[in-house]
Amino acid sequence: MTGTLEAARLADDAPFTIAGHAFRSRLMVGTGKYRSNAEMVAAIEASGADVVTVAVRRVNLDRTQEEGILHHLDPKRFFLLANTAGCYTADEAIRYARLAREAGFNDFVKLEVIGDRETLLPDAEGLLRATRVLVQEGFKVLAYTNDDLITALRLEEAGAAAVMPLASPIGSGLGLLNPYSIRTIKKRLSVPVIVDAGVGTASDACVTMEQGVDGILMNTALAEAADPVAMATAMRHAVEAGRLAWRAGRMPRREVAVPSSPTTGMLGA
Amino acid sequence: MTAAAPTITITVNGEPKTFPAGLTLADLLERLGLRPDAVVVEHNRAIVRRAALGAATVQAGDEVELVHFVGGG
Repeated sequence: MTGTLEAARLADDAPFTIAGHAFRSRLMVGTGKYRSNAEMVAAIEASGADVVTVAVRRVNLDRTQEEGILHHLDPKRFFLLANTAGCYTADEAIRYARLAREAGFNDFVKLEVIGDRETLLPDAEGLLRATRVLVQEGFKVLAYTNDDLITALRLEEAGAAAVMPLASPIGSGLGLLNPYSIRTIKKRLSVPVIVDAGVGTASDACVTMEQGVDGILMNTALAEAADPVAMATAMRHAVEAGRLAWRAGRMPRREVAVPSSPTTGMLGA
Repeated sequence: MTAAAPTITITVNGEPKTFPAGLTLADLLERLGLRPDAVVVEHNRAIVRRAALGAATVQAGDEVELVHFVGGG
């Protein structure tokens, strides 16, 4: 149960807004790789997320009865954030973004331009070019990028609505590899910073939010958990805990011990 | 005997498919059992709005892509 005081403290937080659109949850989730649609829906419900990502793919003509993701997720309840996953050039990503917008839900896109098939690390040059074109066309671009400050700054200059640096490679579950980079990006950018990819478990999500970032997007950590609903619940708490801890302001780190109990009033030897 | 109605071969989602000549994109979706509000149509690399599907005629050799949202991260 969430206590009244606890609820009030969470409610005190600044709204999580991207390009003028306010979201309830700082946890965004993907819809890929679940064992079943029922499990996906249950996990998303448990996560409390209102933003869910989807991919654009060809309709399977041999199985036209096969239902798309919208049969399972109510687009009136969830904010559908289309991605350009699987795109290796700016032109390809632009094409996918245009198709996604034509579906008619919103003009947000999670832009991915991947530079390498083995690591799935982003292509900074392609990202910048695609961002400029899409922003010109009125898209709200949320750009998946490296944990590199300069690329993040360039993406902001190019008009990205949010910048999404990785914690570690997509689907790796390695957690937050470079807290310093993420913290620095958050300090220097004005647009929201949402960490995307690499979170493996609840402690990863918590420590990521403790860097002061605006939100986290995750998929595999939930879909590949032995119990996705339980992990989604843990992630919801972890994101809230990490956010609240960051707002609370942590104590300074010291390399010496400082006693917590009085050093006076000790018994005579 | 009546002559067979003329047909055209087009590429749909990368696969060659044969249909009667004079087919519109709206006809194509109907023949494939797809609801127009459930897919986005790209015709020779240009997106076609739902309202325009009935007026867009397909020619032999055309490329059509039919996409929708699937699970992804």
